[in-house]
Amino acid sequence: MSKPLLEVEDLWVRFPSKRRVVEAVRGISFSVGRERVGIVGESGSGKSMTGRAILRLIREPGEVEAKKIHFDGQDLQGLSEKQMRDVRGHKISLVMQDPKFSLNPVMKVGDQIAEAYRVHTNASKAEAKKRSIEMLNAVQIRNPERVYDSYPHEVSGGMGQRIMIAMMLIPEPDLLIADEPTSALDVTVQMRVLQIMDKLVKERGMGLIFISHDLNLVASFCDRVIIMYGGRIVETCRADELQNAKHPYTRGLLNALPDIHKPKDQLSVLERDPKWIEDPSVDAYS
Amino acid sequence: MTLNSGTPALKQGLRAWLTSDAPESRFHAQMVQVYAGWQSLCANKLAFIGFMIIVALILVAIFAPLLATHDPSIQDLKATLLPPQTDGHIFGTDDSGRDIWSRVVYGSRITLFIVALVAFTAPVFGLLVGTVSGYLGGWVDTVLMRITDIFLAFPRLVLALAFVSALGAGIENAVLAISLTAWPPYARIARAETLTIRHSDYIAAIQLQGAGRIRIIVGHIWPMCMSSLIVRVTLDMAGIILTAAGLGFLGLGAQPPSPEWGAMISAGRTFIYDHWWIATMPGLAIFIVSLGFNLLGDGLRDILDPKKAES
Amino acid sequence: MPTLNKPNGSNLNNESKSKIALQIENLNVHFGEGHDRFQAVKDVSISVAEGGSFGLVGESGSGKSTVLRAVSGLVTDWDGVIDVDGEHISKKREMSYCRTIQMVFQDPYASLHPRHSIDRTLSEPLRLHKFDNIDDRVNQALIDVGLGASFRFRYPHQLSGGQRQRVAIARALMLEPVILLLDEPTSALDVSVQAEILNLLSDIRKKRKLTYILVTHDLAVVAHMCDEIAVMSHGEIVEVMDVDTMRHSTPKHEYTRELLQASEGYQPEA
Repeated sequence: MSKPLLEVEDLWVRFPSKRRVVEAVRGISFSVGRERVGIVGESGSGKSMTGRAILRLIREPGEVEAKKIHFDGQDLQGLSEKQMRDVRGHKISLVMQDPKFSLNPVMKVGDQIAEAYRVHTNASKAEAKKRSIEMLNAVQIRNPERVYDSYPHEVSGGMGQRIMIAMMLIPEPDLLIADEPTSALDVTVQMRVLQIMDKLVKERGMGLIFISHDLNLVASFCDRVIIMYGGRIVETCRADELQNAKHPYTRGLLNALPDIHKPKDQLSVLERDPKWIEDPSVDAYS
Repeated sequence: MTLNSGTPALKQGLRAWLTSDAPESRFHAQMVQVYAGWQSLCANKLAFIGFMIIVALILVAIFAPLLATHDPSIQDLKATLLPPQTDGHIFGTDDSGRDIWSRVVYGSRITLFIVALVAFTAPVFGLLVGTVSGYLGGWVDTVLMRITDIFLAFPRLVLALAFVSALGAGIENAVLAISLTAWPPYARIARAETLTIRHSDYIAAIQLQGAGRIRIIVGHIWPMCMSSLIVRVTLDMAGIILTAAGLGFLGLGAQPPSPEWGAMISAGRTFIYDHWWIATMPGLAIFIVSLGFNLLGDGLRDILDPKKAES
Repeated sequence: MPTLNKPNGSNLNNESKSKIALQIENLNVHFGEGHDRFQAVKDVSISVAEGGSFGLVGESGSGKSTVLRAVSGLVTDWDGVIDVDGEHISKKREMSYCRTIQMVFQDPYASLHPRHSIDRTLSEPLRLHKFDNIDDRVNQALIDVGLGASFRFRYPHQLSGGQRQRVAIARALMLEPVILLLDEPTSALDVSVQAEILNLLSDIRKKRKLTYILVTHDLAVVAHMCDEIAVMSHGEIVEVMDVDTMRHSTPKHEYTRELLQASEGYQPEA
């Protein structure tokens, strides 16, 4: 991991409204290599906005500002909208929480995957279909030929999510941004989806940004964890070190979780400190 | 001097009271809601213009005797067909020598009467039919909706014409006919809203607390249908005014010598080439009032349900 | 069901033959009609002791929420026996039933009427059941759930998710029920807010000696809240166990073990 895949420096996302400017992300810097990085935070922490800002998917009137967003040595901020479209999907893919809103309801599932492939390669139709079915196989869909010919409403939520992942992975992106990709899924299906993503990171050397609110899941799945609060990174640490996190917010979150094996009468409640919003972040490496 | 310095503080206090996050009483909470609505209305310029036009219409109707320069029904055969701005006739006179300005001013009362009557009958009836149909479902739904379909299948003006010719010409019958033809779309909207609301958790919660059907429909479903109905009614008002004017124009609405705007246009059409103002002035009045309702309706749609306005 | 009669964990310090608050026998629930008719709940039998806290876990579509809806009366197409306080419950619910069982819903953003003030939401059940001292009761209810009377005249859109769920809990308690049905009460909330709401629910149960039936997909939550747990899958109960069995990861059924393993976090090899 000599050179990081993605470098972000001083990223801001602002939503100006009539009365005041809402700052969703406030000057965060991080980098992602060919590894699994988890971004954890509660609702409103700015974790989803971070993923969208990288892909320039913040809707009007939101504004993105950064000193640096470099992907694979390329300055993403300097790209035109057309070039950016090529980056999205081809080099960086985004998987979102609800597959229902991301799949075209009047187009066959297989055709959508094949199209995603053909947009970025100049493959023939037959080849695209072959690759699509392979990909459906790879995300462990039984009977991929039948699923290829079905419409989004005919598949279950868990399968829809796996189809989305197949669609996002078929152009072989270098970086996958997964925004709560499994929180709508049942635990058993969730495991399978995570295994697929894990395999891609290990075998293909893909980078993964895994955005989630589930501390336990991120701790067990990722290599590194970034904890966000109030639009800022409060702490960065190795995932297996999360239990020893230093920042009071991270500690508070961990303590607020009920544990199957450690019964307690009362869960400890997180006391928020206004200082956290301004204090510098804690880095477990230093 | 003390009074002067006290006023801004009082103003500040009132403002704080109206924008309070933690209202102290039921009345206070309602005032905060009303003030928030008023502010968003003011922020939307076009809606505000529409609102001002409607307010102006109401004021003109109330103060018609003060604003009118002449008696609207007194004929003066020595002064027929005078162009605007002659002899103190602001909009001129018609073929019987009646002052058009005064007739337009008094006509606003008739328009307002029609608007108010239709606005308080058709949507209420539609709301009742739609919510009952949507909430109860089953055969009640089937029967009520087929009746609605039958009414929807007729063109509005034709059905209104049929009603008026059966009941006899006159302003009250015109209003009745318009109301009878205007309710089905409201019933449809209310039913569609009800279908999305009836399975929501807050309705389940009140069911578990033992509320009866009537209480749920009136107290819990009606408030959720209100905003889309208000928007729709406001946008329809222009059409209703035009239908009323159309009936008047065809001689089935208000009867002469009543200064109804549609009837005035009808009377003026014979002279349209030589004496344009007779038909134009009431026409302009219809145009401005219709525009006002449309602007207000558009604005209310933005204010009352921002989600629908976006898509 | 041999596991049912075992003495329960320390949380339940009743004598071993405690009174049964809710007993369900062979409950079947159907949805739809004709060709689309399908069975959402199959032959479910559970019994919950008075003052106990019973957990129903399972994945989405396992029928766990449907059991609650049948008990509450929101779902009417069921057969079997539901006994509350030793009395059979008919499909048509009496007004007095509302004062026995109340429910808290999953999504606090969808369970409060958006155009009713908190005051109206809380006082309406009192008016329906002709309670006196409505003002005092509403204020007290808000204090009991940790909000305070200053919230009384606000509207739901002015509250956070956690505050809304507190209002929903207050609403369920207005009629002073003895059994509270909790349908995933914290799954729409952040973990820090979840801790607050779970603490509140535990406190209320202790103070008012309520019986809870908690439906959730989160095993850690159910282990924290309940003495006894039933695992549901495809409309059936696959296992009933007490909380200690679950803590020591010694359940009998394969499916329960799978769920427990998944809740431990990610395992590279399945």
